[in-house]
Order: sequence, then structure tokens, then C-alpha cells
Amino acid sequence: MREKRSLEKKHQTSPLRREDFITGIICLSPSLLIVIIFVIFPILFSLGISFFDWRIITQEKPFVGLANYVKMFTNPEFWNALKNTALYTLGVVPVGAAISLGLALLLNRNIRFSGFFRTAFFLPVITSTIAVAIVWLWIYNDHNGLLNIILRAVGMKPVTWLTSSKTALLSVIIMSIWKNAGYHMVIFLAGLQSIPESFYEAATLAGAGPFQKFRYITWPMLVPATLFVLVTNTIFSFQVFGPIYTMTGGGPVRSTTVIVYHLYVRAFEFQEMGYASAAAWVVFLLLIAMTFLQFRLSGKEKIL
Amino acid sequence: MIQPLRIVNKTFLYILLSALACIFVFPFLWMVLASLKTNMQIFAIPPIIFPKPIIWKNYSIVWENVPLARFYINSIFVSSTVAASQVITSAMAAYVFARLQFPKKHLIFIVYLGVMMIPSQVTVIPLFIICRKIGIIDTYGALILPFLAYPYGAFLLRQFFLSIPSDLEDAARVDGYPRMAILFRIVMPLSKPALITLGLLTFMFTWNSFFWPLVSTNTTEHYTVQVGLAMLKDQLHMAGDWSTLMAGTVISTIPILIFFIFTQKNLIKGFSLSGLKY
Repeated sequence: MREKRSLEKKHQTSPLRREDFITGIICLSPSLLIVIIFVIFPILFSLGISFFDWRIITQEKPFVGLANYVKMFTNPEFWNALKNTALYTLGVVPVGAAISLGLALLLNRNIRFSGFFRTAFFLPVITSTIAVAIVWLWIYNDHNGLLNIILRAVGMKPVTWLTSSKTALLSVIIMSIWKNAGYHMVIFLAGLQSIPESFYEAATLAGAGPFQKFRYITWPMLVPATLFVLVTNTIFSFQVFGPIYTMTGGGPVRSTTVIVYHLYVRAFEFQEMGYASAAAWVVFLLLIAMTFLQFRLSGKEKIL
Repeated sequence: MIQPLRIVNKTFLYILLSALACIFVFPFLWMVLASLKTNMQIFAIPPIIFPKPIIWKNYSIVWENVPLARFYINSIFVSSTVAASQVITSAMAAYVFARLQFPKKHLIFIVYLGVMMIPSQVTVIPLFIICRKIGIIDTYGALILPFLAYPYGAFLLRQFFLSIPSDLEDAARVDGYPRMAILFRIVMPLSKPALITLGLLTFMFTWNSFFWPLVSTNTTEHYTVQVGLAMLKDQLHMAGDWSTLMAGTVISTIPILIFFIFTQKNLIKGFSLSGLKY
């Protein structure tokens, strides 16, 4: 259909096409101008900066070649941050997806108050990360935080959630899963609702049980939604910053220093813009590799 | 035989859902409860669940000592300007992508798609250097100017424009309407739901953004709610003043929750759209 229309247009008279061109310039330039100046140029600029010893305060910004990259790869703090980011992502993404899918399956049936439950699960999504992080900081409090009150009430020993390097990252992971579960649930719900009812009816006629229906209809039909959740959540998790900044400041003993926190400290506290840009590019390349891998593994290379 | 089993099943489902809802809602109640206690009550052993007596003065303390109203005005101004601008710039760009004959528009569109996948940390340092160079660090300019347009909106609206039949537009063209008038008088009114969704999403996203406002502002005059809240936390957490901190967090959260309750239909739809249209 569209092909045909564009063919017809090619035969239109030139004044109309000139109008398209002029309108096109007027309509596209505000968006394109902003995107070029504040997105595309900074991307290239960032790559450039990563080859310089770039500090805001000093006039001289000497070219150092790959020195920033060498410094980064030989810096144990960088590897520690990378390790923590990977652990965080591994903790948040699969478990979060499973929980969200479970919530979506619970809500995807004919029940009363489903709107109320959906709103309840969605509340943390709407609330800002900083507000949520502060609330959880209090929930995790060693002395009278909610979790330790509950633990003590059931006769268990209280846990030093955020003040021990063993549990701090796990605590942030739990909070992040809680915060984003509603968002991914909504994506799964939309995916579930796009599955035609007739598929299930046919399966019932063929004598399939609920487990078989899930295995052979729901699960394969949910691949695009699952993939979206996994890919976007990996990308977001790799960039986690707000909860770390608010809840732990990267500690204790750097056990929650993630890559973007490392980058933030280097760029905006130590003024090492070159080093931080190099780190940003490594994050970027890792993300591309992982996104590619996830598409490959799901056999959906062409989905975009 | 089947009927009672079903009822038991349903009951179990409701109990499970209610328990889960509690997990998602209770932290908010816990925050409100803490904001109504004194620090003595907060750290009492055994713990006190409900404040007795109810302490209101935490709210007046935080309101008098922290320019929360200022942060609010900043956040509302920045978020609504960015949202309004993105809706308009995105609709205009999307119209070109969806309807006009324009050289290299497919190439530009692919570049837009690619740009969307780049993590903001890559651009944040050069953005800071650029904003410093043009002297807009710690002004509204830094918070607004770079975000007046973004590829995501153009992408979302293009998909929507392509889904509306072009009959009406064709008829208007035959009547000699210029393209521009068709966009503003026909296409945009027809796309109202999509425009509202995009506006709400952008507003929420800008409202909740933290990294860039944190690095690009450094006086309370231009702090957004998020940065202000983080600074408040820095001060009060050290002092162990949880009740005042919780009061501040409540003040900063409740309005956005009310906003959500009024717009939730559109917002949740928008959030779920963000996944499907890929």
C-alpha cells in the first residue's frame, strides 16, 4: 500500500514536492538541531576527550593517546566497579523479569479490583528513585528499620543490610527489583493481552492443560516482551546511579561502587574528564555487545 | 466438585494479590508513619508502629528550613517546558518521517534510532563541558535546552502517524491546504491520545531525572526536587534526623502520586506502549 502511494507521489508535480521539501526543513530542523548539538556531537566529543588528559580547571589539555584506557584497565577500582555492575545486573535483570512475569500472569485474568492491584504495583515506578531510595534507607536501618523489626518479631537475628559489605549490594538489588517490577509487569501484561484468545480455545479443545498452554502458547508468544524487558533492563541496570549515590555512596569498602558511580567520582570530584569518558565508552561498547548477544540468544535478530 | 475448588482458588488468588499489594504499598505508609513521629518514637524499643501522639511539626520544620517550594517550582517549570517542547518538536519531525517526501529521511530516522540506544553517561561529560563553555551551568538553560527535542518522541509519534489513515489528509491536500496546516489542524488533533501519552512520559522522565540535574546545578536556586531531596538526605541522614527527612520525602512524593492517580490510565498505557511498539 505505502509503496504504491509513494510511487504515485513521484509523479506529482514539482511545486507540491517543493512544498514537501520546505515543510520538511521547517519541521525537522528544531528536532535535528537539538539532537545534533546536544546528542550526536557530544557522543563524538566524548570519544575525543577520552584521548586527552582533560580537566575542567586547567587550560592545557594534553593529548595522551590511549593512556586513559591503559590507566583504567590497570586500575583495580575500575575492575571492582565493573564486577559490582555485573553482579547488580545479574541480580536485577533475571529475577526482576521473573517476578514481573509472575505479577502479570496473576493479573491477566478476570478478577475484580485488577485496576487497584495494577495501580498498587505501579506506585514505586512513578515515585522518583531518590525518594524511594531514602524510604528504603530507612527500611534497611540497622536499629529500627522495618525489615529488622520484622526479623526480630519472628525471632531472627537482625541484619546489617547496608552497613555490611556482604549484604549492601544485595540490598540495593532488592530495592531496585521492587521499584521496577510494576513497569515490567505492564509490558508483560500488554504482551499477554496481545495473544489471541482463540489460541487458548484451540488448545483446550486439543486437551492441553494449563502448564502445556503456558509452555506452548504463552511463553513463545511472550518472546518479544521478554526480550524488551531483558534488553532495556540490562541497559538501565548497567547505568544504575541514583540508588547507589543516595543509599550507600559506593560503600561500604567500595562494595557497591558501580561503574557509573566510579565515572561520576572521577569526572566530577577528581575532574578527570578524559578518564571518565574512556570509562563511559567502555560501558557503551559492553552494552552494545550485550544487547547484540541477547538478540542472538533469543533468535530475534531482526526484531528492531 | 469443581465449584468449591474454584472458590478456594479465587480466594487464594485474592489473598496472594493483597499480600503482594501490601509489599508494594507498605513502604509508602511506613514513610508517612515515620514522618509523624518524633525521633524518640522512631528509635523506641520495642518499636512503635503508629505515632502517638501524632507529630505534625516535622512538616513545618522541613518546610521552613528547606526551600522545597522552590525545588518544586523548578521541577514543574523544567519538566513541563521540556515535555511541551518535546511533544511539538517530535510531532513535527515525526510528520516528516511518516508523510513527507524528504531527501535522506530514512537515513536520518535510522540515525535517530541508533542515538536512542546510547547511554546518557556517554554524553553527560561533553554536555557538561559544552554547557560550561556557553555559560549555562546552574541555570534553567542547562536543565532545559539540551532536552527540547529527543529522538524517542519522534520515533513513537511516527509509528502512530503511520497508523492513521491518510484519507482526510489527502482530501485536505486536494482542497489546497498547505502541509503545515494539515499537520497542525488535522494530524495533531487526530493524534491527541499519543501526544498526551508522550507528554506525560516526558514529564515523568524529566521530573525523575537525577544525574544531569545533580552535575549541572550547584545552588538551591536551581535544584530540582530530586537534587534537593538528595541534599536534604545528606544533611539529615548524618544527623540521624529521620523524622524530618521522612517529612521532606513525603512532601516531595505526594503531589506526584496525586498526579499519577489522575493520569494513570494514560500513563500506564504509555509505559506499556514503550515496550510493544518495538
